[in-house]
Amino acid sequence: MIEIRDLEVRIGDRVIAAVPHLDVGPGQCVAIVGESGSGKTTTLLAILGLLDEAATVTGSIEAFGVRSPSTLRGSKIALVMQSPQGALTPTMRLGTLLRRALALHGVRGRAAADRTRQALRDVLLEDEILRRYPHQVSGGQAQRFALALALALGAEVILADEPTSALDVTVQAEVVAVLRRLHEERGLAVLLVSHDLALVSSIADHVVVMKDGQVVESGPAAEMFAHPAAGYTRELIAATPELPDA
Amino acid sequence: MIRTSRFDLLARIGAAVLAAIILAAVVMPLFVPPDDPHPVDALLPPGAGHLFGTDQVGRDVFNRVLYGARTSLTIALAVLVLAALVGVTLGVLAGYSGGWIRDVIMRVTDVFLAFPALLLALALAAVLQPSVTTVIVAIAATWWPWYTRLTASVAASVARRGYVDAARCLGVRTPAIVFRHVLPNSITPVLVQLSLDAGGVILTAAALSYLGLGAQEPAAEWGLMIEQGESLFTTKWWVVTLPGLAILLTAFAFNSLGEGLRAALDPRRLTR
Repeated sequence: MIEIRDLEVRIGDRVIAAVPHLDVGPGQCVAIVGESGSGKTTTLLAILGLLDEAATVTGSIEAFGVRSPSTLRGSKIALVMQSPQGALTPTMRLGTLLRRALALHGVRGRAAADRTRQALRDVLLEDEILRRYPHQVSGGQAQRFALALALALGAEVILADEPTSALDVTVQAEVVAVLRRLHEERGLAVLLVSHDLALVSSIADHVVVMKDGQVVESGPAAEMFAHPAAGYTRELIAATPELPDA
Repeated sequence: MIRTSRFDLLARIGAAVLAAIILAAVVMPLFVPPDDPHPVDALLPPGAGHLFGTDQVGRDVFNRVLYGARTSLTIALAVLVLAALVGVTLGVLAGYSGGWIRDVIMRVTDVFLAFPALLLALALAAVLQPSVTTVIVAIAATWWPWYTRLTASVAASVARRGYVDAARCLGVRTPAIVFRHVLPNSITPVLVQLSLDAGGVILTAAALSYLGLGAQEPAAEWGLMIEQGESLFTTKWWVVTLPGLAILLTAFAFNSLGEGLRAALDPRRLTR
């Protein structure tokens, strides 16, 4: 569904992200992990064509057979951002936002209402939330609403940029549960950017490890967590605190 | 919404005074026609018959002050609407788009800001025919750049917020992003500035009329009334002092209301 070949993003002479090869297949969950500044988010933004004008992008990004996937924004590819409320226009009620987004993609009236109801149910939100403004919902609700928006629009791939890192632990669990359900039950593909290895190991099929803009390791998740090849991956795994089983 | 508890005392007084002035300016002329000259009653001091006295041609000063309020408020409203429309539109475009569009808009803005507002308005008003419309156009022409600057700086920071990217991700087109997502979130400081500026506009309009470039006799306008009564200041104080106080009071009311709005709408005081 998404194919990246020889992607290179530069600002000036500095390479801020280089991804030689990355595929997200139907129903797959691919995670990009790495420390801050490793180029994870840059890769994600490059797919959506949302990079700053100062950045130059070379290589190819194809999604659903389209060369410049930014035209697929919203309809097939959806983004879930790190900051939950920050991604929702503060002066718009959530219902208005959802209605306008659907109208933009040609879904109106009865069909829009049906899709809205279904999507909210899928992310375990009440219809009542549509009357609220972004500052009146919790971080977890906002993140789930972002997922509902993606669902209602019929997105097939969700790009999630640190979807849980701005949330507290119990709320993280809610969002992860919803994300996993959409992935496993609905067959949605997910490209997850995260430094939370616990989250990654619980949901990802395939992991790409980045450091300083370069991919240092890439492979099936189970294998990588069991036998990390690159030294940096071992360090990352070792740095993740383990909790004793409750 | 603004909760009254956040509104300090001065702002409330300002709002009350302003409401009274607006009410008087709107309602009173419905019942009382503008006073005609009665040379026999010229320069009567304030008293029972004429609350504010009469001017040099025998017109009731109170009547003229109220009609003057109409003129002043109309000018203030027209100037602010014009200046805000132009200024905010250009500002949000400049702030959102960045690049050469911003550079062009901001350099033009700088040119206008380089002149003292009153001087530029004076020059404009002198070129055009003296009238209330002239005053409106002249002041609006000098006033919009402030709103452009203010809006541009706010819009530039709003344009980098997540929800603008999110909107782009949803495929929202640029005009809709600018006017539905950036503009509504950049407008609050402008609203505050507008109420703070209303007093300044009234003062500038009065100054232009005082210099003979604005409203013309027999129209009632505060600046014009002061100009006409100026020579009488030491002997017949009411002819010039009372319109002057009206200007002062109105400007003060707008300013305290604006300050109150600023405090009440401060984002750091917004709660859930």
